[in-house]
Amino acid sequence: MLATHALVLAMLLFGLGLIGLLVRRNVLYMLLSIEVMLNGASLAFIAAGSRWAQPDGQVMFLFILTLAAAEVSVALGIVLQVYYRFRTLDADAFSLMKG
Amino acid sequence: MELLFYITAGVAVLSTVRVITHLHAVHALLYLVVSLMALALIFYILGAPFAAALEIIIYAGAIMVLFIFVVMLLNQGPLTVEQERRWLTPRMWLGPSLLALLLLGEVVFIIVAADTFTVETVGIQPKQVGLSLYGPYLIGVELASMLLLPGLIGAYHMGRRLSKEEP
Amino acid sequence: MLKLLWLIPALPMAGFLLLALLGDRFTRRHVAWVGVGSVGAAAMINGLVAVGFVRVLPDVTSYTQTLWTWVETSGMATGIAFHLDALSVVMTLVITGVGFLIHLYSTEYIIDTGKAGVSAPAGPEGDNDEGYRRFFAYMNLFVASMLTLVLADNLLLLYLGWEGVGICSYLLIGFWYREPENGAAAQKAFIVTRIGDTGFAIGLFALFASFKTLSIQQVQTLAAESWPVGSGIAIAVAALLLAGAVGKSAQLPLQVWLPDAMAGPTPVSALIHAATMVTAGVYLIARMHVLFSLAPPVHDAVAVIGVLTLLLAGCSALVQRDIKRVLAYSTISQIGYMFLALGVGAWSAALFHFVTHACFKALLFLAAGAVILSLHHEQNIFRMGGLRRHSPVTFWTFLIGASALAGMPLITAGFYSKDWILWEAWSAPLGGPWLWAGGALGALLTGLYSFRLVFRVFFGDVRTKPHGHPGPAMSIPLIVLALLSLGAGVLELPRTLGDSPLFSQFLSSALPQLEPTVDSLVPSEGVLQLAVTLLSLLGIGLAAAFFLPARGAVEHVANTAWGRALRMFWLEGWGFDRLYEVLAVRPWRRLTRDAEDAIDAWYDGLAESLRRFHVSLSRTQNGNLRWYAATVGLGALVLVGFFAF
Repeated sequence: MLATHALVLAMLLFGLGLIGLLVRRNVLYMLLSIEVMLNGASLAFIAAGSRWAQPDGQVMFLFILTLAAAEVSVALGIVLQVYYRFRTLDADAFSLMKG
Repeated sequence: MELLFYITAGVAVLSTVRVITHLHAVHALLYLVVSLMALALIFYILGAPFAAALEIIIYAGAIMVLFIFVVMLLNQGPLTVEQERRWLTPRMWLGPSLLALLLLGEVVFIIVAADTFTVETVGIQPKQVGLSLYGPYLIGVELASMLLLPGLIGAYHMGRRLSKEEP
Repeated sequence: MLKLLWLIPALPMAGFLLLALLGDRFTRRHVAWVGVGSVGAAAMINGLVAVGFVRVLPDVTSYTQTLWTWVETSGMATGIAFHLDALSVVMTLVITGVGFLIHLYSTEYIIDTGKAGVSAPAGPEGDNDEGYRRFFAYMNLFVASMLTLVLADNLLLLYLGWEGVGICSYLLIGFWYREPENGAAAQKAFIVTRIGDTGFAIGLFALFASFKTLSIQQVQTLAAESWPVGSGIAIAVAALLLAGAVGKSAQLPLQVWLPDAMAGPTPVSALIHAATMVTAGVYLIARMHVLFSLAPPVHDAVAVIGVLTLLLAGCSALVQRDIKRVLAYSTISQIGYMFLALGVGAWSAALFHFVTHACFKALLFLAAGAVILSLHHEQNIFRMGGLRRHSPVTFWTFLIGASALAGMPLITAGFYSKDWILWEAWSAPLGGPWLWAGGALGALLTGLYSFRLVFRVFFGDVRTKPHGHPGPAMSIPLIVLALLSLGAGVLELPRTLGDSPLFSQFLSSALPQLEPTVDSLVPSEGVLQLAVTLLSLLGIGLAAAFFLPARGAVEHVANTAWGRALRMFWLEGWGFDRLYEVLAVRPWRRLTRDAEDAIDAWYDGLAESLRRFHVSLSRTQNGNLRWYAATVGLGALVLVGFFAF
């Protein structure tokens, strides 16, 4: 039961992260929302691993952690660059790459 | 145990809601730390103490510190709060919420429609995780190291030329 | 030594790749070394291979080297495999040998034509290295393709080489691509030969459908076993192969491309359109001789085509004004002789004429190139004259070439090869007096037009002031080729003169030899030789009478109404161009113009709808980060929904 509810919780967190990602215009908040989504995914893995009594869920959590660390370090670097170039963190302002 | 889980889950959801709605960056970050800690407790309840520890140390510790540094560098002061308020009109919430709700509905449907299981959760010790990590998932570890190296170089490169790029 | 065989085509190919891929860093000297050196090395290795082959000859008559499997599908396995026998030894020796000399000549010739500034804008050094490199890259590719063609063990590889030389011919005719006429000439050559090539390809399909293999040896063995002489399929396949040969070798009715192909640089005309590529058809027929023997009507047609072509081209050569066009028509005519020999079954005689023709026609073209260079790219023989004193090397070598072409008795190689062909044309079982008469008349014409050229260009008054002399890189090939044009005759001395049939003995392992028929109706060999010799000398004498500047006899004849009409008719190559214009080109143009709307509408509509689709797609790339995230979310929604329900 617990694992099922944990999965629902994971989905809730993921959905909240998605809402945040779409609603906030500040890049920093968008990154935070992505962290929330990643956490939701981690929770799903942990819950599944615990349900099947397998270590694989936690292994996946470790990989997600690594991914998050790498992603955040590069993304924050980009945020700094963007801020110094555009003087704003408004994601809608960086639309130079439109097709 | 069950009660603890639901209370923690409530804390996690509420603090996450505050993360995405708060106008002040540092406050949002602090709410995210709360959310992460609640999540760590849930990991613990689900029988993953090692993951819980890592969640606190790396997420709440290291990654959030990075965010705080950046917020400091960008000097997101009271002015930006006003700006955030302007950006966050109620109408903005409608579409994304609908999207997320639909997604949530779908996944919950899948979860519930599957055979509900009543097996009690079993603790998984760090030793098992380590054996698995350096056994069948060895190639994954290598890939993770190959991901971290570009992350390192990318962060270095992105942060390096700040002063020159200043207009 | 035979194991080195693969290097012969591989070296020019390597030269081509080097020049094409890395050549932009080369200086001219490097380009020349790579371009000439690769062919020279191939010629040397070819010599070694030939020696090795002669050494094992009586016991081993062929050697096959399979490099790797090229195409393997169900029911078909074709390898990159080279087959060496007496026939391919002769062909490769000529290609690499003459090819090397022409490459050497080009190192100097192309520098000078570069100054004419037609090929590319001047580089930083004031000359155009791009054109120089391009020229040698194409030439090396040509030599590699031609060697692949003659060494191929199977018809598919042969076809690869066949198309390879075709594309090189196209590229080199249009070498000076800034002139629209050159591009048009290149396209004409490509399209006209394509007509024959299509027939050839269909013939290959038919062969493959019948025997499930394209190996030349197997196909011929199987055909000889399973197809009766004169059966419909044998005739059809032989006719299709003949179409390919006729297109490539510029024989009737596909001869129209070769005179226009003279738009290319003169060394190209010498190598591709005189010595080697245009004889690919001769090689093909000789190589597939078993098939032609199985189809007597087609085999006879080869002889008839040869005779008709040699007469027709000989007449046209008589009235041309452009020195290179004269030589082009004479090439067509001489290949007509080879076809005549093939048509009567005198395979070795055809090959012998191929060898001597490669020497003296390459010589003539190269000497003509030297003439053209010294006269500021003047090609009209009526504006030439009196060059005898100015450049003795050019004069003497050209004279030797023209003598060999005319078949000057005893001292030139052309005499021996032509004499052999004409003797076989009457005495062979498939021959006859009519074929002989055509060939003999051709000999008269040959003497006439070749010495018309000599007298017009080298005698009389100086009409354009010459300048400059050919340097060593141009003179050496001229002299070597002149010696070959004189001396190559000793390879095969007829029964009446020395009787030393070295060449036919060598080829007897690859090609069947003709036994002369003992027939009281056939005059003896000596009588025929005497007749042909007299005709040739008569031609030369007539040329002297008509065209030596002091005599104006020819003007008299040419200026009558009939004479003028005939002259114009011959000048245009018997009106074939006009005929094809009316029969094929104009209807096709009209068809494309009329059908343009319906077909174009379809393609335009396709393009327009694709563009609209593209515009609407590119609208989704609006650069808005949150829009991208939302679409990812939507995608997830759809995917999960797909799994959920």
